[in-house]
Order: sequence, then structure tokens, then C-alpha cells
Amino acid sequence: MPSTGPAAVGDTGTEYEVLVERGKIREFAEAMQSELPAYEGPQALTPPTFLTTSQRWAPPSGRIQTGFERARLLHGEQEFVFHGSPPRAGDRLLARERLVDRYAKAGKRGGEMRFAVVVTEYRSPEGELVAEARATYIETAAKEGRK
Amino acid sequence: MTDTALAHTVGTAAKPREFGPMTTRMFARYSGASGDLNPMHYDDVQARAAGNPSVFSQGMHQAALLSTFATDWLGAETVRRFQVRFREQVWPGDVLTCSGEITAVEPAEDGAEFVTVALTCTRQTGGVAVSGSADFLLPTEPTR
Repeated sequence: MPSTGPAAVGDTGTEYEVLVERGKIREFAEAMQSELPAYEGPQALTPPTFLTTSQRWAPPSGRIQTGFERARLLHGEQEFVFHGSPPRAGDRLLARERLVDRYAKAGKRGGEMRFAVVVTEYRSPEGELVAEARATYIETAAKEGRK
Repeated sequence: MTDTALAHTVGTAAKPREFGPMTTRMFARYSGASGDLNPMHYDDVQARAAGNPSVFSQGMHQAALLSTFATDWLGAETVRRFQVRFREQVWPGDVLTCSGEITAVEPAEDGAEFVTVALTCTRQTGGVAVSGSADFLLPTEPTR
């Protein structure tokens, strides 16, 4: 559901297609300084954090907007869960992002730190849940007067 | 409670692996590979203008290096979960050490074992850049 404001808990983006490509896996494996043969060849496996690359080609309507101020935005945690072996080159996946949680904590120097948790589900064309990516984003407390 | 001997043992550590010294070229390569084109990681002028001493690495870059270490150790096809928490920034010239230790082992179907590891990516200062954990579903030898 494309909307103008920040997403609320439970909101989802539109589903988008993720084509797992051999060359992209090879490029990613090189950037992670891996020489593991499993990341090479026509049946190349995706490395554990590879699905982060799917965001690059997600349509704007597929991305969840946390509404956090960019200058104060941090990526706090990231998790990938695989329901079986990780995807391989040639796989076609369908991704959908969902805002699953929002919460706040007191900042160390006053103010409020805000958190948003976004889960991306990756399914096979048959609808089977293949993998999930869980990102925790943080908006640090606004600086007040003097630091 | 241990009825049967498990093939993997809690407390087993892998030989640590060093990465680096880290370079802006490595950050740029990860930017391209991942699609995270934030200029803070390869454009020194913009990074300084934003108040940083220089460009710095992507947290997900360190996560990827940690995953290299983890899958060299326990395999790429066997990974079932990989989690990281971003702690300290990483700068050009940093030398990173990835280490890991088995923290839990549970029997799984067909004689396999579900193995959980703690993972750490440490800077040369001793500061932790990224900490995390991962699960692997590992086959075991039929007999020992």
C-alpha cells in the first residue's frame, strides 16, 4: 500500500521480484573476500548476507518508509533466516517488506531513540517461504541545545 | 542432558581470520556489489563535509566478512540463520579479526546437528566492530 507518511506496524510494501544471478553472487563473494567454491558456478549458492542486494532494485512502493530523519538514521541489527539451504543462482524469488515493530528508548544524553523493525519475506513462485531478512533501524535522539 | 555423544562440542573455536588493512577500494567494491551507494563509504570529500574524519566502511561490509569467516568454517549450504549487531565504525587502515565459537549443539533429524555459533569482528584497537551469531544444520559422520 503506497502511502505518503511513515509506515505503521503491520504495513506492507508491494511485492517485488528478485532474480538471483550468478554474476552478482560472484561479485558479492569477491567483495566479501571469499574464495569458497560454493559461491561459484551455475548452481552458485548465495552467501548469508547476499539478499541485502535485492533492495537495490526494489520499486519505491516495495520499500517500507520508517520516517526516520536520514542524518540520525542507523542500521542497528540485521538478521537473515533460511528455511532450508540459502537460495541459488537461477532462483526467482518474490519479496515483500513488512514493518513488524516500533518502539522507543531513552537516549543516553536525553531525548528519545526510536526503533523500527522491518522484515522482508522471500518466497518461491509457489509461495513457499524461503528466507527472511530482519532489519532493525534506529533514529538516534535529537541533539538538544548544547551537546 | 547428554544421552548420545554429539559430533560438535560447545566451546570449540575456529582459527581466527584477519582481513585488512582495510582500504577505500574495498569499501567501493562492497558498495557496488551490495548496491548500497551511500557516498560516505567512498567519497572522502562528502564524508568529511558530513563531519567524519574520512570515509568509513559499511556495517554490512563487516557482516559480509564475518559471513566469509563463518561459511569457510561450517559451510555455505548448511547455514540457517546469520545475525549481526553493528557496534563500532571501521576506517581505512583498520585490521579486522573475525573469530567464532560454538555456543550450542542440538540433535536434529537424520543424525544432523543444529549448531549455534557466536561471531565477532574485532578492530586492531580491541573494539568490536560487529558481533553476531549464526545457526548451521550440520550433517555428522555416520560412525566415529
